[in-house]
Amino acid sequence: MARKPTLAVWKFASCDGCQLSLLDCEDEILSLAGEVDIAYFLEATRATAEGPYDLSLVEGSVTTHHDMERIREVRKASKALVTIGACATAGGVQALKNFADVDEYISAVYATPDYISTLDSSTPISAHVPVDFELNGCPINKRQLLEVITAFLHGRRPEIPTSSVCMECKRRGTVCVMVAHGTPCLGPVTHAGCGALCPSYNRGCYGCFGPMETPNIAALTNQLGELGMGEKAVDRVFRTFNVRPFEEARTR
Amino acid sequence: MSTPKTKTIRTDALARVEGEGAMYVRIAGREVEEVKLNIYEPPRFFEAFLRGRGFTEVPDITARICGICPVAYQMSSVTAMEMACGIEVDGQLRALRRLLYCGEWIESHALHVFMLHAPDFLGYPSAIELARDAPDVVASALEMKKIGNELMTVVGGREVHPINVKVGGWYRAPRKGELAPLVPKLERAREIALEAVRITSGFDFPDYEQDYELVALDHPGEYPIDRGRVVSNRGLDIPVTEYDDHFVEEHVEWSNALHSRIIERGSYLCGPLARFALAADRLSPIARDAAREAGLEPSERNPFKSIVVRSVELVYAADEALRIIAEYEEPDAPAVEVEPRAGVGYGCTEAPRGILYHRYEIDAEGSILDAKIVPPTSQNQRTIEEDLRGVVERSLDMPDEELTIRCEQTIRNYDPCISCATHFLTLDVERR
Repeated sequence: MARKPTLAVWKFASCDGCQLSLLDCEDEILSLAGEVDIAYFLEATRATAEGPYDLSLVEGSVTTHHDMERIREVRKASKALVTIGACATAGGVQALKNFADVDEYISAVYATPDYISTLDSSTPISAHVPVDFELNGCPINKRQLLEVITAFLHGRRPEIPTSSVCMECKRRGTVCVMVAHGTPCLGPVTHAGCGALCPSYNRGCYGCFGPMETPNIAALTNQLGELGMGEKAVDRVFRTFNVRPFEEARTR
Repeated sequence: MSTPKTKTIRTDALARVEGEGAMYVRIAGREVEEVKLNIYEPPRFFEAFLRGRGFTEVPDITARICGICPVAYQMSSVTAMEMACGIEVDGQLRALRRLLYCGEWIESHALHVFMLHAPDFLGYPSAIELARDAPDVVASALEMKKIGNELMTVVGGREVHPINVKVGGWYRAPRKGELAPLVPKLERAREIALEAVRITSGFDFPDYEQDYELVALDHPGEYPIDRGRVVSNRGLDIPVTEYDDHFVEEHVEWSNALHSRIIERGSYLCGPLARFALAADRLSPIARDAAREAGLEPSERNPFKSIVVRSVELVYAADEALRIIAEYEEPDAPAVEVEPRAGVGYGCTEAPRGILYHRYEIDAEGSILDAKIVPPTSQNQRTIEEDLRGVVERSLDMPDEELTIRCEQTIRNYDPCISCATHFLTLDVERR
């Protein structure tokens, strides 16, 4: 009998929500466990197996010296490495500290700063090791996660659309909140994947999935201004869960 | 004189907990010398980067502290901001918040009871192996978890980091027709939960009790979820605004999570055991009957029985969600208008694993000047270490491997959320 492929799930600085998305596949998790050997997934099991692993899913960003070393070891032990979520792919909400004086941050939260060991910045996995595929989202969409796992186990590229949230609104027939209600919305520049949730709740997109490919940020920024968003508010909305890729897209 | 034999029991990376932690126990002869719960999850500095953000951003940003209990963060944060701005959300808008919270309790408790904690009692490394021997039990647990997620998705927009919660209420209130399909599902979840109470109450429980100070919220006529005074079994009874006068957080070298204690008293316990001890009379009749049949009394102090209490709370959460849906009327507006003003606001709600406290100071434009967040795992950390010491003292003759598993099981009694607490764990037992 052929050996079952091995799956490992790794955690760096994160909220656990993206790996929870795997456990949230209630209808599929037991059949997935039948198709692959879950060799390392600490949130779910205390049983661990040595690598190499056929597929490693990595959640979280790199924020400590120890984690800089650990991600290199994960890469060495993995045939394919896929980042899941905004932390692993873009540095996450904790990348907001990249703009700040980290020593001041430590003393704001901790009474004895000397006990804390942390890097000045929160960086995505791709800043440290080669990554085979990056799945966006804060959190990721569990359907997309299953597509990525299936694709890698069958040796094909995942079919993940690179269009904007606008396309998803059109597909589900949601009336444009920006045009119809004047609600500021990042949908035109944000990577599809959530299924255009916020507009269906009468809310503007706030960019959980990061920038789409080739976004027209300048045009949207003008429009946000015309709808009454001040400069500070615009800075804030781009600097939330996908700080680095939105900053890069804004300065291109 | 001979030196007593020292041994160390350690788990460098604890499994089936949310986040990263380790434990370390050093035993010299028959004495437990040191016990540490080491939370090495890297710090993420939420309280620092919240400064300068807008008051309306707190439910979205603080949700990202924890993927397991984002609703708890959203509820404590919006409650605090609403107090700072001088408004209160009530009626159906508040009922919907309690409904969303029931979804998170169902999802989180179902995950913890069956996927994370039950394998310890039944001798399996995970629910996946458990599923090979007891497929129906695991399938039902997953079904219940899924129903919790569906409730969160309908009311909140999605299960992880809901998008529909705002300061003042909601972006869009659900229509009655959207909630109606949840009714037969929640009735099914309640049946599965009743079976969970029967199953977990039949487990073998280690013989261990501690005389805890138990802390939970208290509001007349309600099982504590989304509001109330902060009360304990030793006479603490304060409004949330006085939390900082009675509780302090300390920074210890071995943990990236701060340790909380009650000033001049010490450690305390929050979460299911505390809520049940202080408010069992306010459970719904079905949940109360289930607790009675399981032999649970409000005087229960065996932390290993928290798995039974969690199952009773699963019954309650499904039942309470059904009540709220039955009484639901669509509100005229999805939110009340909120204008920022300079001030301070406090919020405390019952996350699945215990009370979650937020305090914010904002300026007249609504920019955050200062933020303080105290998650339940920080509050329980000292008590977890005290339990570890007590459990090891009673289990000194156990082989190391068994003792390690027992220690991990002890930690899991608290459903610790390490991602929350750093804003957790490796077992390390050293014998001398």
